[in-house]
Amino acid sequence: MAGEPMTEPLLAIHSLKTHFRTDDGMVRAVDGVDLTIERGEALGVVGESGCGKSVTALTVLKLIQMPPGRIVDGQILWQGRDLVSLDMGEMRKIRSKEIGIIFQEPMTSLNPVYTVGEQIAEVVRQHEPLTRREAMDKAVEMLRLVHIPTPERRVHDYPHQFSGGMRQRVMIAMALSCNPQLLIADEPTTALDVTIQAQILDLLEEMKERFGMAIMLITHDMGVIAESVQRVVVMYAGRVVEEASVDQLFDRPLHPYTQGLIRSIPRIDLAAEKKSRLEAIAGVVPSLLDPPAGCRFAERCAFATPECTNAMPELREIEPGHRVACIQY
Amino acid sequence: MPQPLLQVKDLVKNFGLKGGILGRTVSEVHAVDEVSFYLNVGETLGLVGESGSGKSTTGRCVLRLIEPTAGEIWFEGKNVTELSGKELAALRRDMQIIFQDPYASLNPRMTVGAIIGEALVIHNLAKNRRELHDRVVELLETVGLGADHMRRYPHEFSGGQRQRIGIARALAVSPKLIVCDEPVSALDVSIQAQVINLLEDLQEQFDLTYLFIAHDLSVVEHISTRVAVMYLGRIVEIASARDLYARPLHPYTEALLSAVPIPAPRAKRERIRLQGEVPNPIHPPTGCHFHTRCPIRQLPLCSTEKPELRKTAEGHSVACHLRG
Repeated sequence: MAGEPMTEPLLAIHSLKTHFRTDDGMVRAVDGVDLTIERGEALGVVGESGCGKSVTALTVLKLIQMPPGRIVDGQILWQGRDLVSLDMGEMRKIRSKEIGIIFQEPMTSLNPVYTVGEQIAEVVRQHEPLTRREAMDKAVEMLRLVHIPTPERRVHDYPHQFSGGMRQRVMIAMALSCNPQLLIADEPTTALDVTIQAQILDLLEEMKERFGMAIMLITHDMGVIAESVQRVVVMYAGRVVEEASVDQLFDRPLHPYTQGLIRSIPRIDLAAEKKSRLEAIAGVVPSLLDPPAGCRFAERCAFATPECTNAMPELREIEPGHRVACIQY
Repeated sequence: MPQPLLQVKDLVKNFGLKGGILGRTVSEVHAVDEVSFYLNVGETLGLVGESGSGKSTTGRCVLRLIEPTAGEIWFEGKNVTELSGKELAALRRDMQIIFQDPYASLNPRMTVGAIIGEALVIHNLAKNRRELHDRVVELLETVGLGADHMRRYPHEFSGGQRQRIGIARALAVSPKLIVCDEPVSALDVSIQAQVINLLEDLQEQFDLTYLFIAHDLSVVEHISTRVAVMYLGRIVEIASARDLYARPLHPYTEALLSAVPIPAPRAKRERIRLQGEVPNPIHPPTGCHFHTRCPIRQLPLCSTEKPELRKTAEGHSVACHLRG
């Protein structure tokens, strides 16, 4: 977009709310999320089960089953264009072509009855006017790019013939085949062994450099965050509670939840020092069926005051690039 | 020196793979390949390794939930592999297990009270209903739950609470050894810390001995006295937790440690990246199982001769031709 100012973010999500109707009532999975991703940036989204990190990502691509899901409120500005109002046909042009996605368990996102080559070629042909033959060549090239050995042979293999790590490489090849500007990676290494996880994270970094794309890395693992991204958004119970550069977040975590999260992890790098007891966060995540009024972390927070339950704290900037949703600041 | 509580000698477990129209055993998975270790009273031995390393199979063989193919398992002077009937039942009072998935390991049709009380009934550990009830309440309180949870069903609990129920069930028969098979892997980090702290408290309170099986090296380092690293069915290194993490000797241990992401963005570490993946345990590589991925291998030595686990320092052993 030539006329746009350079400062416009690639993706800007404003007060997004995605709710799900269930037999028990409305689940407020994503309940007022704000986040932005700049061009070429790696943004981490971290949080525990049920914090809404995956639903946020799926909402961006409109991959939410509707109903029971519904985008209740908010904007998803993709290069200035609101995706919320787009119909399915227009969304299909954006998926893969402009925004790619990979998931935790590649086996469930690959079709078991087609070869991986056919599946990559299908994605390519949806967006580019190529012949079947040319699309297959492109598939081989993509498999080579993600370092799958003997790609000209492996392109004819079925998903079950690949190991977990190799399957994730296939998914990455497929997601990048149309050269998207943003790759959403939803827990891409959670199902993998630690040595394979390291390989996949290296590959994502290499691909990011090569294609100059932005990455939205969703994970529950603070270690993965620290090693893989520049900026972090911490989510809790459907809301963003803190946003910072990765250095700011680990040097000066502001939100009591972020502080608790960092302290509750056993630290292998500090193994030589005296072992201390882990600082667990008491209690459990609140139900999103009927979330508490005010700050959603208040009932588990050591610093909570009666004031905390009055109103939902908004994100406020405390230092450049560092925002937190907590009334003690 | 006191006798160890548990001593495992040359434990082997092969699983037959059936195939062909006659369903005969056509090949074997060498899940555990001559594993030996000991465990002293009150200590925690961590067993780490990636998928297919044989760590869970080892844990289950110790309890004889899986029948070992060969080897000896000595528990308090008795060879577990030779016990049967009454003796085996008695042994199961002394050894318990906690599973990874608290969703799958609790019977959804039983109340929490019945789940925890079951073992007490089986082993005749309560004289009457009153005593049974009191003991179950006591166990629930020990793991941080309460008497009001007794009449509820597993689905009414969160993941962390279900793991507490699993721990209470294991504690019911006052065991000496608990095999913890990935007990916190399915839990969120904030809940994981609660359960790890609970396990540490219980160990101190009841003088428990743990065989702690996990793939998460940070968790294992935190909770263990000593750690054994497994690769394709074999122990490649065993040392005190502090020693292993500070001075790893086996190239696999080194690579494994350097692959763990650390929540400290400024930490500069040497990265050792292993090429390829764990080979198929049906046809493990000859010689040292790790030689196909090893950055320092020397052929043909490493591909032909199996390295034995050798002691290099007090309490530190490694199975590598080139190190130690």
